[in-house]
Amino acid sequence: MLGLSRNDFLMLLFVLVLVAAAPIILNPFPEGSNFAQFNAGYPDLMQRFVIFGIFAIGFNILFGLTGYLSFGHAAFLGAGSYAGVWMLKLLTINVIPAIIISTVVAGIFSLFIGFISLRRSGIYFSILTLAFAQMSFALAASVLTPITGGETGLQTALNDPRVLDGGATGGNIPAPSLFGLEMGHSWKVAVGDWIWTFNVGYYLCAFVLLIVFYIAIRIFRSPFGMMLKAIKSNSQRLSYTGISPRPYTLAAFVISGMYAGLAGGLMVAMDPLAGPERMQWTASGEVVLMSILGGVGTLVGPVLGAGIIKYFENIFSKINDGLLHQWFSFMPDGIENVIVGIIHPFVGKGWHLSLGLMFMLVVIFLPGGLVGGINGLFRRLFRRRSQ
Amino acid sequence: MTVALEVKGVNKRFGGLQALNDVNLLVDEGRIHAIIGPNGAGKSTLLNCFVGRLNPDSGTVIFDGKNLIGRLPHQINQAGVSRVFQTPEIFGELSVIENVMIPALAHRDGIFELNALKPLRREKDIRDKAVDVLDDLGMADKLDMNAASMSRGDKRRLEMAMGLVQEPKLLLLDEPTAGMSRADTNNTIDVLKHIGESRGITMIIIEHDMHVVFSLANKISVLAQGTVIAEDAPENIKGNPKVQEAYLGGAH
Repeated sequence: MLGLSRNDFLMLLFVLVLVAAAPIILNPFPEGSNFAQFNAGYPDLMQRFVIFGIFAIGFNILFGLTGYLSFGHAAFLGAGSYAGVWMLKLLTINVIPAIIISTVVAGIFSLFIGFISLRRSGIYFSILTLAFAQMSFALAASVLTPITGGETGLQTALNDPRVLDGGATGGNIPAPSLFGLEMGHSWKVAVGDWIWTFNVGYYLCAFVLLIVFYIAIRIFRSPFGMMLKAIKSNSQRLSYTGISPRPYTLAAFVISGMYAGLAGGLMVAMDPLAGPERMQWTASGEVVLMSILGGVGTLVGPVLGAGIIKYFENIFSKINDGLLHQWFSFMPDGIENVIVGIIHPFVGKGWHLSLGLMFMLVVIFLPGGLVGGINGLFRRLFRRRSQ
Repeated sequence: MTVALEVKGVNKRFGGLQALNDVNLLVDEGRIHAIIGPNGAGKSTLLNCFVGRLNPDSGTVIFDGKNLIGRLPHQINQAGVSRVFQTPEIFGELSVIENVMIPALAHRDGIFELNALKPLRREKDIRDKAVDVLDDLGMADKLDMNAASMSRGDKRRLEMAMGLVQEPKLLLLDEPTAGMSRADTNNTIDVLKHIGESRGITMIIIEHDMHVVFSLANKISVLAQGTVIAEDAPENIKGNPKVQEAYLGGAH
């Protein structure tokens, strides 16, 4: 179906159900309960899950298949974001041109950087991409201020030309929309104590995610994808087989750059603001962590990794001491204080510590990432049953 | 008889060692040409010069009217020269069938093809071709095995399948039967003989196993200390005093 094998089609269907029902799945705790804190089903965070999922899927096409570890992919995300905001400013507040142009601009940008960086492999390639991304970051924050808005960033304004919309009309700055349907618009559905938020922007991002996830499956299962895996396995041998590895790695680099640009375009479609920090090396490192955590070279892994990291960043970071005391208030005072004292460094501002520990556990015990670990578990269960 | 490969005055020096010293060879088309010689004679170095892994200091290697020196490995392969490596160089993370489909695709599509959305399952012709070659080599039951998990002998046979599937004009075999059992060695001899005769593939074979050499070769060149000391038909090589001297270590 759709040119996919049965298993791949089921995987696509699984992801479809998951993203479609995310507003419900991510809100398992009733409003006002002790654990409502852990609900992640609000539009802003769900959009981030999906957008970083797209970013990580693309990154994984390069890193997972060819083994080329880019430390500068945030540059393409940033370039896409700037291009997107400019489209919202100059052309129309409709998000479609912004999303398309972000992808194209990031593609051209990555063609240039990839062409130079791919002259080297291994650590030298990583350093080259890192250098390019840091240069882009520095340029965006300083000399390119007329284009990027410098350190304050670039955003839409009331007096933007918006040629297709007929320019400024007075009133408020228009919000990004899809043919009049605003990205920020949500429908709230209350079922008992549960409140589910169905957001326009989220479903646009989810729709895009499904398309690019489908494309990623096709790439993984194509002769092209097999060549990329062969490059990771033994690039020397491939050249003695009559294949030139360079155009393959460059194509993979540009495809993953376009995925990053698309993610950047969606970010500004949700919130029309782009700053240089989006290009910083920490942002490039984050997508590396997402891929490794979820499972390098797997299809679902990067999405899972993106989800977990964004969940930690947004949910764990909000758990403060007051909340901890509230949860453990049923305990005797002395014990309560000890427990809160133990948990304290791992949550709130210390969320990086929990994430770091989890990352270490995954890298040491599950070299294939979380998805690799789950696959291994299933295989073991299945083998035991079949015996 | 036409000449498939002409090697003229090839020299290669590594520091103080003259690895190849004015090597000249004529390889006849459609024949199996063996290169033998003691360890360190420069046999693998010579093959490396044919496929672009090494650039000789001087000399030419003419194949199909074109000089191969200075060309990139993938260009030489696309010109019709495939190499089977001494230590198996396979794609360990991929399956056996994929290992053979890659060179088959390279043969059909050239150095680059952006077929990113075409399902691999639809490449039935390529797959059938790969299965045929693997079947010839007695590996039809191992198609979906992970290439890295195979025995050394199986890896050698996989290497050979990767070379043969490209239907090259010239096949370079670097000790193709090293590490194989006697039965597998005999099977490999039969396969190479059969394919060489039926498809008219020219082969250059480096081998230590004299049983293999004398079963296959139409012509033998003997290399010692970087120089060709004898080139003759197999029946004349055994009695050549220079060859006996080189193998008995009395060359100095």
